[in-house]
Amino acid sequence: MPPLARRNLFHDKVRLTVTLTGIVFAVVLIVVELGLFVGFTTTTSGLVDHSGADLWVASKNVPYIEQGVAFSERRLNQVRAIPGVGEAEKYIAHWTQWKRPDGSEESVQIVGFNVDSNVGRPWNLVQGRTEDLKTPDAIIVDELYKQKLGVTRVGEVFEIHGRRARVVGFTRGIRSFTTSPYVFTSFKNAQDFVGLREDQTYFLLVKLTPGADLEKVRRAIGGQVKDVEVLTSHEFSRMTRIYWMFTTGAGVAVLLAAVLGLIVGFVVVAQTIYATTMDHLREFGTLKAMGAANSYVYKVIIQQAAMSAVIGYVLGMAVSSFVVRASQHGGAAILMPWQMAVGMFFLTLTMCIGAALVSINKVTRLDPAIVFKG
Amino acid sequence: MQPAIAVRALEKTYAEGAAGVPALRGVDLDVHPGELVMLMGPSGSGKTTLLSIMGCILSPTSGHVQIAGQEVGKLSEKQLPAIRLEHIGFVFQGFNLFPTLTAGENVELMLDLKGVRGEKAKNRSRELLERVGLADKYTTFPSDLSGGQKQRVAIARALAGDPQIILADEPTAALDSQTGQTVMEMMARLAHERDRAVVIVTHDSRVLSFADRIVRIEDGLIAKKRPESEVSPELLVHSAAQAGGILIA
Repeated sequence: MPPLARRNLFHDKVRLTVTLTGIVFAVVLIVVELGLFVGFTTTTSGLVDHSGADLWVASKNVPYIEQGVAFSERRLNQVRAIPGVGEAEKYIAHWTQWKRPDGSEESVQIVGFNVDSNVGRPWNLVQGRTEDLKTPDAIIVDELYKQKLGVTRVGEVFEIHGRRARVVGFTRGIRSFTTSPYVFTSFKNAQDFVGLREDQTYFLLVKLTPGADLEKVRRAIGGQVKDVEVLTSHEFSRMTRIYWMFTTGAGVAVLLAAVLGLIVGFVVVAQTIYATTMDHLREFGTLKAMGAANSYVYKVIIQQAAMSAVIGYVLGMAVSSFVVRASQHGGAAILMPWQMAVGMFFLTLTMCIGAALVSINKVTRLDPAIVFKG
Repeated sequence: MQPAIAVRALEKTYAEGAAGVPALRGVDLDVHPGELVMLMGPSGSGKTTLLSIMGCILSPTSGHVQIAGQEVGKLSEKQLPAIRLEHIGFVFQGFNLFPTLTAGENVELMLDLKGVRGEKAKNRSRELLERVGLADKYTTFPSDLSGGQKQRVAIARALAGDPQIILADEPTAALDSQTGQTVMEMMARLAHERDRAVVIVTHDSRVLSFADRIVRIEDGLIAKKRPESEVSPELLVHSAAQAGGILIA
């Protein structure tokens, strides 16, 4: 087959530029909006997802991690006594106030965990060690929030809930979905920072022994420890995500933006591909007059759309990758997991071919007698 | 001899308003292999409509159309492309070449539709371009060809399908006198030397001398047929003489 589709695409450089710009714009728009949605969603449950725990023991009806209700730490021993429990540790995630050097206050979220355990620890440490948190006033914050908290370097001293707090390290990229940054510290420090009684905790994190049955252990804890709810990390993560993304309405706005991005992207692509097809309408009329079956004409149009999609996708992803990388230094993360990148390829292809199908409808109804007009 | 095209009691009314607009009102016409027929008439008389119906591009409102002995008037729109591909070649006033394809590729496109591909198609394309005097233009894009050259490429493309019928709509309208003559010589040769039925819609009185028969259409009816016997032998000699030098497939 003579390379009609390829030539049609590359012949008019201005039209090609317009078409590809439309597709690239759509790809970037969709990636950014979906990436923001994924970024926000992932951020909301970051603490749960990175906790390393298999089960979370919380007070009854706790809807999400930030809404923990204190309960007696005596339940820790009850949990540890249950077969299949390899490790169980107290855990705090709770809001409190941070005093900046200039005297102003910021809301922060204290994350307290047992420094000697393997659960609930901070991740992506770029300065300092988790073990440094063993000292009474030690804290670790994320470098994203240095400016917000007035932190410039390790060793600086601040005030949290009227108590001394000393920065011993920094993490990178641990965002909070709310405006309150996470402050990692030892469980003991956390009790002081949030004003929790010594015999209380907000959560218990449970890690199972190798080979233990998750559901069995969960049922056992639920049956033997009173007034608690036992959630798998997956469940608690989902609950937290759903709360922030849908119950609060915050995520709905992001989701709506993502859906709008999809729609706008599709419309832009549809319009560009449609215009490209319309530019060649007379040629398609000639093809039909020459005796080409509709399927032959469709093939040309779809080939043209598919080529546009592939080039537009490659360029769009290059721009998107740049935007995603740049966003890592900002407060709102745009995430592009590989599944999204792959999905985006098929989405771009579908959008372009779908848009081509819209124009095919026009070509199908095209009167071949158009060839006799002028 | 069986006519290549046989049209009987052909009517075509375009849906427009309550009554519609009649374009053809009972046309009878036969075109035989080896015959060059010119359709003439004022604008809106129905010439192009008749050409479109004979070319299986348009369906008649009523009447019969036979192409190479096959009734096509009642065929569906899905069946008509196959008839066009098999039996009919078109030459258009505006050439209708694909601007993004070279002259050779334009011809190959028709061959591709016929299922001829690869080297065989390239060779056939070169051969056809050579026969219309454009052997050196295989890789030239239409934008770099003159009007006459474009029309010759269009003729080569029409011939690529090896059709029994060539239908041309004002093939010389966009050409100067000399180039128009050259194109008409080719068309005449197609009819007379290759036994093809050629129907040309034209307003161009300069090319009438190439016609075996002139059919005038007025208000959707054939006003006057010029019998074959009226075509003078001088005209045919004139046509043949002017067509010399370029061999048509």
